[in-house]
Formats: sequence, C-alpha cells, structure tokens
Amino acid sequence: MTKDQVKQVVLDIIADIAPDEDLSHLKSDVRLRDQLQLDSMDFLDIVMELRKRHGIEVPESDYLQLASLDSSAEYLTPKFNAKS
Amino acid sequence: MNSTLHYDVAIIGAGMSGLAAGIRLAHFGHRVCIFERHNAVGGLNSFYSIAGRKYDVGLHALTNYVAPGVKGTPLGKLLRQLRIDRAELELWPQKRSRVAFGERGEISLAFNNDAGLLESEVARGFPSQIDGFKRLVALIQTYDGFGLDAPVESAREVVRQFITDPLLEAMLFCPVMFYGSAEERDMAFRDFVILFRSILLEGMARPTDGVRRIIRVLLDKYREAGGERRMKCGVKKIIAREGRAAALVLEDGSEVTATHVLSSIGAVETERLYRGETVDDRDVGRLSFVETIQVFDRPTDELGWGDDTIVFFSTSPDFRYERPSTQVDTRSGVICFPGNFSTSPETTLKEGMLRCTCLANYDQWKNLPEETYRADKERWFRSISATVRKILPAARDDATVAQATSATDMFTPLTIERFTGHLQGAVYGSPRKNRQGTTGLSNLYLCGTDQGYLGIVGAMLSGISMANFHVLQKS
Repeated sequence: MTKDQVKQVVLDIIADIAPDEDLSHLKSDVRLRDQLQLDSMDFLDIVMELRKRHGIEVPESDYLQLASLDSSAEYLTPKFNAKS
Repeated sequence: MNSTLHYDVAIIGAGMSGLAAGIRLAHFGHRVCIFERHNAVGGLNSFYSIAGRKYDVGLHALTNYVAPGVKGTPLGKLLRQLRIDRAELELWPQKRSRVAFGERGEISLAFNNDAGLLESEVARGFPSQIDGFKRLVALIQTYDGFGLDAPVESAREVVRQFITDPLLEAMLFCPVMFYGSAEERDMAFRDFVILFRSILLEGMARPTDGVRRIIRVLLDKYREAGGERRMKCGVKKIIAREGRAAALVLEDGSEVTATHVLSSIGAVETERLYRGETVDDRDVGRLSFVETIQVFDRPTDELGWGDDTIVFFSTSPDFRYERPSTQVDTRSGVICFPGNFSTSPETTLKEGMLRCTCLANYDQWKNLPEETYRADKERWFRSISATVRKILPAARDDATVAQATSATDMFTPLTIERFTGHLQGAVYGSPRKNRQGTTGLSNLYLCGTDQGYLGIVGAMLSGISMANFHVLQKS
C-alpha cells in the first residue's frame, strides 16, 4: 500500500465517524485537531476502526503518531505493508 | 444441554443507555446480548398504546438540541459515537417554553433554543441579577459536568455566588430539577451544569413520532451491528464468585455467562441482584411523579393555549422540590404540549395533547385497595387539571375544553415502578450517583440513571462512556 492509499483509509474512517465535518480542504501536514473538531473520543474511534476494518493495532503510546494525515501515513504504511 | 451461553458483554435493561452501550460494543465486534424484562424497549423513555392511540412516557422533548452544524456538544458526540445521521432523528425544535411562577403563572421567564432569549428575559425581569447570571452562564459553559472525576459540590452554594435574588434562584432551579434531579432540595453542581446546559442553553426538540423514532433508530443500529436481545427475559440474579459476576440467572431459570456485565437498572436494584433483598433502601431515590395526559380532538392552540411548548410552573415563589407530604403536590409541575414544536405540515399532530407532571409521594400510593387507588387517581386528575387551567387559562370555557377531550390517562409512582423497575418509582434513580459506574463486583458496571448523566441524551452518553471506559478502552 502507498502512503496516499493509507491516507485515504484514514480519511474514509474520519468521514464515517464525523460525517458533519468537511474533509475536502484538509491539509495533510497540519494537525487534524487544528482543522477539524475531533475530541479524544473521536481519536479513540479512529484507532478502533483501524483495528476493526484492517486489523491494525495502534498502542496507546503511539496515538500521537496519528496527529496529521502525513504522520498517520508515515506511521501506518509499514504496518499495512507488514500485514500483506 | 450443559453448555452455557457466553457473551463478551451482557447488558441488563434495554433503555436508552443499554441500547447505546450495546451499539458501541456490537459495532466493535463484541458479542453482546441485552436482557430486557419487558416486551418493550426504551425503559424510562418508552411508549404504549390505548385504543389505537400511542402515548409517549418519559420523554417530553429531546433536550441538548442544537442546530445542524453546531459541533462539540453532547448531541453531536452522541450522533458520532453511535454513527447516527442526524436526519434520521427528524428533530423539530420547540416553539417557546417558559418558567412561570405565581398563582396564575404571572411571573414568567421565556426561553427557546436561542440562549439569548433567556438572557434578555432575566435582564428584563431581574435587572439587578443580569451580571451575575451572565457570569454563571459563562462558568457553566466551561465546566465539564460530564467528567468522570467531576467533584460533587452543592449547586445551591455555587449558584448563590452569582444569583442573590431567591425568586430567580428558584426559577432557574425549577426546570433543572424537574428534568432530572434525583436529589431533594439541592443537587450536585456537575448535574446542574449538565441539565442547565441541556435545557436552557442548548434547547429542546421533538423527533417525528416522539420517542418511538429514537427507539427505532437505536434498535436498527443495534441490529445492524449484530447485537442480540432477549425480551421478556429479565435477569433474576447475578451469581458472584471471587468478586466477579460469574453468571446471570435469567427469569426463565437458565444461566448465561459474560466477560463483562453492564447494568442499567439502578444501583440498589443491581446490588440486590447479587446481594439479595437485604440491601437496604437508604440510597433509593425519594422523588416520584404523577403525570396526567389529555388528548383533544383539535390542536391545543385552537383551545386558546397558544404557543407554549413546555411550562415549568410553581404557584408559590417558594418552589419545593421534595417528596410531598400529600399524595401529589400540585403547587408545582411541568406542563407539556407535544403539538407545539415547529413541525412540517405533514408531521403536525392532528390531535392536541396536554401532559402535566407533578411531584408525588410513593408511600401514599402504595398498598391502596384498588377502588381507593382509582378514586384517588380521578380526584388528583381533576385537581391537576384545575391547576393547569389557573396557570394557563384556555380561551375556551371549561365545557368546551371538556367536550374537546377525546381521551385521558394518568400514571402514578406505582405505574413507574412497575414499568421501569426503579424502586419506589424513583424516575431519576438514586441521589447518590456513581460516575465511574463501578460496583462491588469487578466486571459489573452501572450505566444509565445511577451513573448520573442526565436527560435523554445524557442517558445515551452514559451507556456510551461506560462501554468505552470499562470495555472498549481496555481490550
């Protein structure tokens, strides 16, 4: 999987858990929290959806890696590729 | 048939909190079953039919209403967590509500879903209090009433730092207490914050079909997520072993086991399931209610009742929120016109309806001979109707109003106890809330009323946060 594909995976999850957010102008290098109204409950859901849909585990100590789309792709892409 | 059914999570009670918890858990792949004693779901917020007419119980309105696009509020969190599209609920905002004090309800504070109206009403009626009121509102807006570790402070003491006029204090406590306080006379400030915000700063709306719509949406989500439920199958006993809920004995005598158990039936009610009837009732709530329901053959504004959606009233400036010494206390109450929400022409209710809720004394309704019980109900129905006519005079005369009445009903603390299982008909449960939801057994947790998030959105958030806190964040 490419980093862009992984970004899309994360975007799809955010679109499902926060359908009231406009994701069309999201900057991938800026913290999600600064662009969207996401609270800790929402971040927990991103982590749990990653596990449910893709079998990817994100330990609590790594939650900060999901701060922006870029950092998420950086962190998650090897995990996706290690799986297949 | 030695194999016992095992679930990841067993939930006791299919009310709002149990269903919400079930949706979360089933969505994330847990094997969940909800055990419900009755044939209907909804718990405190449900409905029934008489002669083809459907009546809501509990819910007057969905509180915590905010306009579409307003984020970061309890309603928004709830919708996200349960993956509910707001349009599914089809919410219609209230027209206008009031707090009305005095013999004829002549001292009035109007409010609607724009907090600016209440502020201007306070400025008009209590000019010396407006600065304090604004500072109180500012505190409420930044206070996290939902925190699992929120301290328990006296709301009276906190509010008095801002509001010095006893009449205004009473008028602010009246709606807040009636819509969710389990405590007499005072309440925890964190609960005051949740309710004040949900009613007076956010607002009220009604889904098309009332509570039935919410229940249908929750049931659909739960089913889609793969959750199971067993109706007419309450839990009779929890078998405790080594500090854990080892098994649940169901009313049909069979046993099931579960890794986690979430109980929405109340703190004392839950404890009795594993400790037996010896658990004392010190923590059982003392507040219960009667509610009268009148159905009319025409919308209530045609009888001259105007645009009021909800009216919280007290005939005396000294508002007392406590178990009355008589069967019913008609000096204060809540009047609701379910027809007075801004609906579309297709969803407007054809019949008018008026509901009035007053404080009641459980002990004085209990153990009455059937005949006395019925006669008392009729007598109090008339007394409550007379109070309503004083607070909200209809333009039409009594004979016309009587003629327009097509059905009436009334429920008492006994009705509430029978259908909700809350001991002594204590709608809002125990005055001692347990935010963390922990119990004497390590894998048994409380959600719902006695966990302590209040209001209907609060109830669902309670199920969500207990499912998150005790199960999802730990697996």
